Amino acid sequence: MASINPPTNIVIPESDLRENKSDWDLVINTQHNLLNIPFSEIWRYRDLLLLMVRRDFVALYKQTILGPLWFLIQPILTAVVFTIIFGNIAKISTDGLPHVLFYMSGITCWNYFAECLTKTSETFTANASIFGKVYFPRIIMPLSIVVSGLLKFAIQFLLFGSFILWFYATGTSVHITPAIFLFPLLVLIMGMLSLGLGMIISSLTTKYRDLRFLLQFGIQLMMYATPIIYPVSSVPEKYHWLIFSNPMTAIVEAFRYGFLGSGALNITTLIFSGVVSIFILAIGTIIFNRVEKTFMDTV
Amino acid sequence: MTMPLTIQIENVSKMYRLGQLGTGTISHDLNRWWCKMRGKPDPYQRIGKVNDRENSGGDYVWALKDVNLNIGQGKILGIIGRNGAGKSTLLKLLSRVTAPTTGSIRIKGRIASLLEVGTGFHPELTGRENIFLNGAILGMTRVEIRRQFDAIVDFSGCGKYIDTPVKRYSSGMYVRLAFAVAAHLESEILVVDEVLAVGDVDFQSKCIGKMRDVSQQSGRTILFVSHNMGAVKKLCPESVLIQHGQVMQFGDTADVINSYLLGQTKNARRRIWGESDSAESHSIKLHEVSVCDNNGSHESMIATDTPLQVRIRYSIKKPIHQLRVSMLLMTSDGTPVISTSDMMSNIKNDPRPIGKYTSTCSIPPNLLNRIQYVIRVDFEIPGEASLLSGNHVTFDVSELTFNQLGRTRATPPGSVHPLLDWNVKAA
Repeated sequence: MASINPPTNIVIPESDLRENKSDWDLVINTQHNLLNIPFSEIWRYRDLLLLMVRRDFVALYKQTILGPLWFLIQPILTAVVFTIIFGNIAKISTDGLPHVLFYMSGITCWNYFAECLTKTSETFTANASIFGKVYFPRIIMPLSIVVSGLLKFAIQFLLFGSFILWFYATGTSVHITPAIFLFPLLVLIMGMLSLGLGMIISSLTTKYRDLRFLLQFGIQLMMYATPIIYPVSSVPEKYHWLIFSNPMTAIVEAFRYGFLGSGALNITTLIFSGVVSIFILAIGTIIFNRVEKTFMDTV
Repeated sequence: MTMPLTIQIENVSKMYRLGQLGTGTISHDLNRWWCKMRGKPDPYQRIGKVNDRENSGGDYVWALKDVNLNIGQGKILGIIGRNGAGKSTLLKLLSRVTAPTTGSIRIKGRIASLLEVGTGFHPELTGRENIFLNGAILGMTRVEIRRQFDAIVDFSGCGKYIDTPVKRYSSGMYVRLAFAVAAHLESEILVVDEVLAVGDVDFQSKCIGKMRDVSQQSGRTILFVSHNMGAVKKLCPESVLIQHGQVMQFGDTADVINSYLLGQTKNARRRIWGESDSAESHSIKLHEVSVCDNNGSHESMIATDTPLQVRIRYSIKKPIHQLRVSMLLMTSDGTPVISTSDMMSNIKNDPRPIGKYTSTCSIPPNLLNRIQYVIRVDFEIPGEASLLSGNHVTFDVSELTFNQLGRTRATPPGSVHPLLDWNVKAA
């Protein structure tokens, strides 16, 4: 930091009034305290978090005819297209599962991850006008995105559930395994992973916009590196380490195993995914915390 | 009298980078990081440079430099200064939108800032939904908003439209609703930046009244930035003048405004054409145009009751028949107000011989309005040629008259505001 010249032309009224430093509620200065995450402040602004979630939901489908039905149409259409192209034309294996169910399980998970990641990565650039005028814990914004993503995920998951029931009722071989109890954990890991990655990217894009372009096609490419349109079992054994180094792989596979009874449930890879997610979330929080103080000058 | 402090600003400076962020940024960043690693100061922070918009070299500028201020509880403090002086930067630091480069600010109590009305308003949401959203962004909890909800709607006067999306609101309703939310914030410190400029006169005075009420009743501290000197004077007993990122004066509002206006109009009312920017044609050379008061000063404040003299100094390089020196008085947006020329007086001087001249035009007191005027000086031979034209001098007629300090009214409409004879009789 630069040394400070003694002030020259400054009038200091009431300069004799010095108070105990401990009396101050808030001190604004240049210090970056890496791990100083304002939990109490986030808690104080919890209503804002909920209102933001509500805003995202209400505003998104205003002046549309189908409204929230779009949440359902998108995964159904994607699953149909995948079924036609990858299932019937390319004839990629689905581990013996009905095509629609197989793709839908992957799409449901992937949608949540991809949407949270894309939206959180735009936190600073998209909200610059608000952030430039008012202070609130900036982390509220990415958190609200992850929470409203969760609502959307829940709706799409119910759709997936009703497809399972329908296939079950028509006598197709679908086995729900006890691994479904891992479900909340899987959602948690996905949320942490997308939040962490999104915060890292959003912090870096305040200054360098290059990452935004990378992210645009990066997410698409990453989908092919995740077993969404193919099962892990169709990947040669010697490349498993590679595909499991993607933390989403273990999650999608465990999800599929839990609800459809096929796929590779591997606790080691799942733990790996969890650890990677926590690590990324921690890095993301630290960088985000550091950037939020001055990003307005660079964004 | 010892009043507890609510805000203490110590040696606060803020540096901004000029120009575009681009490919050069990363090398600067790396260089800066390398210097930091070696424990050296930032090579791009130049010390001791003040923020002067017009002439500063380098890529970095101090928007604020070593600012010290102590603000007591319950004070309403006006912050004034020219555009770019650093007022808004100071408010941004206070509202934690960005962090200072050096120094520290200590604050007691909750701080709410209103740097813009309707931050976070979503056009698709209804007035009701936006009240909650905007309130939460400004730091209120839902319980607090619900408690104040009726008062907010009442203050805004938008009760009938409260369940209509705000995108259907008129801009006035939008602003009223947004300000209403902010006015009901329950914070100990309120920071307000130039937001009243958007509303109409009625609404502005309503807001100022509201702010004064909350300050007096609940001992809230208010920092108020405005270019509307009338509003500052109405609301704030004390003011700070910021110039080039530094605190120039702190004290009684009337004094501070006075020195601000004096500093602002300095030299603008006199324009001298020298060698580098000469204004001349083959027969005329213009030296100087100035707008003076009776004492010949072009630095004093001009009030509506100040008699003015416009002095035009020029040289005639060869004898000219029927020269007309004319002056066009315009408002700052270029609307012509008065045109007048020395031919209308009975100066018998034809042809005018070579030499130096001063043409003086007197503008009587109580004629002009309290706005900014531009004077254009033209030299011409009527019906034949324009010899020299298009040279301007700008001056402001202040809203303050010397004997009326403390009493302000809104600027009346009209290009001029003459004092006319009125006769009032009971019928």
